[in-house]
Order: sequence, then C-alpha cells, then structure tokens
Amino acid sequence: MSATDIQDPNRRDFLYVATGMAAVVGAGAVAWPFIDQMRPDASTLALASVEVDVSSLTPGTSLVVKWRGKPVVVRNRTEQEMKDGEAVNLAELKDPLARNANLPADAPATDANRTMPGKEAWMVMVQVCTHLGCIPLGQEGEFGGWFCPCHGSTYDTAGRVRGGPAPENMSVPVFQFISDTKIRIG
Amino acid sequence: MSEGHSTYTPKTGIGRWVDARMPLPRLVYDSFVAYPVPRNLNYAWTFGGILALMLGAQMLTGIVLAMHYAADSSLAFDSVEKIMRDVNSGWLLRYLHSNGASFFFVAVYIHIFRGLYYGSYKAPRELLWILGCIIYLLMMATGFMGYVLPWGQMSFWGATVITGFFSAIPLVGEWIQQLLLGGFAVDNPTLNRFFSLHYLLPFMIAGVVVLHIWALHVVGQSNPTGIEVKSKTDTVAFTPYATIKDAFGMLVFLFIFAYFVFYLPNFLGHPDNYVVADPLKTPAHIVPEWYFLPFYAILRAITFNIGPINSKLGGVLAMFGSIAMLFLVPWLDTSKVRSAVYRPWYKLFFWLFVIDAVLLGWLGSQPAEGSYVFMAQMATLFYFAFFLVVLPVLGLIETPRRLPNSITEAVLEKNKGGGGGHPARATAAPETKG
Repeated sequence: MSATDIQDPNRRDFLYVATGMAAVVGAGAVAWPFIDQMRPDASTLALASVEVDVSSLTPGTSLVVKWRGKPVVVRNRTEQEMKDGEAVNLAELKDPLARNANLPADAPATDANRTMPGKEAWMVMVQVCTHLGCIPLGQEGEFGGWFCPCHGSTYDTAGRVRGGPAPENMSVPVFQFISDTKIRIG
Repeated sequence: MSEGHSTYTPKTGIGRWVDARMPLPRLVYDSFVAYPVPRNLNYAWTFGGILALMLGAQMLTGIVLAMHYAADSSLAFDSVEKIMRDVNSGWLLRYLHSNGASFFFVAVYIHIFRGLYYGSYKAPRELLWILGCIIYLLMMATGFMGYVLPWGQMSFWGATVITGFFSAIPLVGEWIQQLLLGGFAVDNPTLNRFFSLHYLLPFMIAGVVVLHIWALHVVGQSNPTGIEVKSKTDTVAFTPYATIKDAFGMLVFLFIFAYFVFYLPNFLGHPDNYVVADPLKTPAHIVPEWYFLPFYAILRAITFNIGPINSKLGGVLAMFGSIAMLFLVPWLDTSKVRSAVYRPWYKLFFWLFVIDAVLLGWLGSQPAEGSYVFMAQMATLFYFAFFLVVLPVLGLIETPRRLPNSITEAVLEKNKGGGGGHPARATAAPETKG
C-alpha cells in the first residue's frame, strides 16, 4: 500500500492474506464446538431403543411407552379398525407416503405398509402429531383413529392424517417383534 | 434536536477532575437533563421510560428468583412451588416477575402502537424503529423461554409447539429443532439451555436499548404533530419537564401493575401451568401467553396448502411474516406526513388495525375450529393488507389536513381553544411557563 517501489504481491500482502485465512479458519473451528454441544448428547442417544412386553394387549387395547422422550403407542387393532384402514382410497390421503422407517421412503401409505407383514393387527407408531408435536388422543375424531386437541388434526385407524393442519402421517419407528409378545423399538 | 453544544459546567473540584478524565457526568447531564424534547409530548411518550423501568425491574426480580430456582426437569416445578411457599417474600417476587413480563408487553404494545399512530418510524428514524423491533424480538424470545422454566404443562407443551415451528423448515428443520431441544423432545437439556438463555437475553436487550436511546438522541424525539423541531421555542429541557411527566406516568402504570400483582396475580396466566409437565399427556387446549395470541391465531389461520408450501410451513411463514412486517413499515408507508392527526384516512385504518390485532388475540385464545378458523383467516388477511396495501396506497391517494408551521404554532393554536382535537392530546401541552 504505502511502499510504492516494492513489487506486487509483496511480503505484506502475503502476511495480510495468511492472517485473514488463519483468522477465518480459526473462528470457524472455535465456533463449531459451541454449536455442536447443543446437539443431542450421548446419554440422550443411548436411550435409542426400548423393549416392550405386549402380551397383555387384547384386540382393541393399546399401551404407550416412552422412546426418545416421545410416546410410542402400541395398539392391537380390532377387525373393524383394520377393515376401515384397508377400505381407504389412497387417492384421498393428504400424505400418500407410508412414513414407515422399516420400509423404503417412497412406499405408499397402504394399511399394510403402516404395519409389519404378518402382524397387520399391530400398529406401532410415534404418537406425536406431525403438525407441532402435541399428543393426539386415541380412538377419537371423525375417522376413529386419533384426534389432536391442539389444532384439530384427525388421523385414521392406521395413523394416517385425514384432516386439519398436520402435513404428514404419524411416523412408524424402526421396530421388530423379537418374540410373539415382545417388541423392540429403535 | 441532536446534541448541540454541551452546557455542562462541573461546579466542584472533583467534578472538574472527573470531567477531564472520563466525562460520564457530562454525558448524563447532556442526555437526561439539558437534552431538549419537543414541548408537546403527550403521555403516550412516557412508555419509553416505563419500558426501561420494567426491564430493570424484571432483571432485579429475575436475578433474585434465580437464587432459589433449580433448572432441572425433576426439580424445577417443585423449586417454583418452594419459592411460592417457603422462600421469604418469594410469592411476591415471583408474582412481580411473572406479571412484570405481562406488563412489560403491555407497555411495549402501547409504545409500538404510538409509533405507528404518530409515524415515528419515518425518516430519519428508520434505524431507531428497527432497533426497537429487534428489542421486541428479543423480548419475545425471553418471554417464551421464561414461561418454560416453571415446568408446568403449558411450559412443556408451549415449548413443544414453538420449537415445532422450526421442524417446518425444509431439509434442515429437524436438525435445527434438535439443536434447540438438545434431544428428540423437550426434556432436561432443553430446560437447562432455556434457563441459560433466559438469563442472558435481558442483558442483550439492555445493550440494544442503549443503541435505541443513542439513535433517539441523534435524531431527537418525534412528537404528536410529526413536525420536526425548528427552533428553541419548540422544545423544553428534559429535566424537569419530561422527567416529571415520565415519573408520573410510571407511577400510574405501577399502580395498575401492583393491582394485578396483589389482587389478580394469576389472571394473565393459565391454570394448567400449575400442573407439573407430563410428556405423555397434552392439555386439551394449548394456548401461549396472552401477548403471543395474535401471532398464534395467524399461525393457525393457515389450514390450507399454498402451491408447494404445505399448511404447516405456510402457517409458520405467515406468523414470522406478520412480525417481519414491522421491520418494513418505514418503507411501506409512502406518506410524507408523519402523524395520524393530520391523516384522516390513516387514522381510521390505524384504529381498524388495533381492533384487528385485539380480535386476533381473542381468536388465538379460542379453539381452532368452526367459525373461529374463518374469522382468524379474515383477520389475518386484514393484518397483512394493512401493511402491504393500506400503508403504501394511502400515502399516494390521501389528502392530508393542513399542517401547522411549527410545534409552537400547533400548541398555541390549541391553547387558544380552537378545535377539540384528539382526546389523547388533551393533556399534551406541557406548562407554557417554561
């Protein structure tokens, strides 16, 4: 800048750029741990799977377990609920995807795709409204499935959104039957 | 107007010694004693001082409450009950703090509406207005996080719903939501970070308040006529005129505040927040604190998809958009005339907007069903139309009333007994003795 008879780029230019680069990279490296510490910690992630004994569930009953801080409903559906779920025309659905973590992401939201093959009576689902995270009430609302009291979203007997502001079907978590009476979620 | 020549002359030896080294007394004298303010400021202009008082009061009660509060999800609710029952005067401190938050918002809403009515945001006060909007945003964040701390049902589910807004953002939404929560749902990590930030943000507000006052003292106060100060006769000294008027306004405000603290301490709260948070059970009716209700109504009004934007993202965008409107006001209003006193049509639309905001607040407290949804949609439409249509168009087509030549002329005209004028200005003229 000031020294006119020195060739460009000179040593001062190099120091200027190098210092600037080191400052930017350094600031980024320091900022990251401060952001990273906000993410779910190891103890939260460690609670990633739970086992549930479902031997007590007769058709038409359900239980709720806490998984990752959220309620997961396990429901042994009645014949009627399954029939209602199968009778739905897929074209009517607000969200055409199954939202089943055990299936490919583009699986259609058929009643069967919302459950496990051979265990179609069993609905295992994160009972959290996909709108803003309230807990819908079971076996209520227009479609006999779930009804969210917060903003009025309704779900059918397979947990698929049918009305209200919720954009998606309630999600089916990764789960498996480890025996006839035991489910592992997560 | 802006700081002219400093008239501060230290009278004591110590005063002169300090003034030569760090002239803080000079700054205070020039800003709060000799500082000239328009002679026609009415009581609507006392709310800046009232807000500063409320910020100080909230920090004081908050710091004391933090000495007794435990930010742990298994202890928080009980520690608040302990403050209410066991801590000496704890009930009073907590009620002062919780009602203080509400009255802070009462004052800020009057302050904002005053700015909208008298066009206080117009050049050269755009930055002053935007700094105020930033303070308002910080206040909302602080108020929201403070409401989570008692760990009642409304705390928990309010936090769930509000952090749920972020999950509406495409692609990164879920990641941001987990970053805010520190988990997959509202839990102990959430409570801890909210407590930390609830303690921090008021100090950030105080910092922006300093900038707000700095900007104010560069451009000078606006006034009910909206005409700039032109000569020395248009102004009076801050002390004693504005000081005593502000003090009187503060006292009246504190009387009403005290009435709520002592006689209606839970009127502005929600009974469900006296039930400990239960992550497995949503209350039948989630409502935020009253000061968020208009925005909550706007959020819920979007029940339909708009092209590629689904109803959830649409609601969140509308809600944030309704606040973003405030930031744009200086450029949306095309009228050269500041004050609504001289703008007959704007005055009408201003009061319709006030009614609309109150209506939205009421709708936000009602369940989202039946005719309430339609009413909220109409009220939301008017809310946005006020900013995006009325403000720009009215400035182009409205014929304003004749403006007086100066503040002094406006004051003298009124004192002659000419015209009823606006009720809010009945007390506008300060003593003309000065």
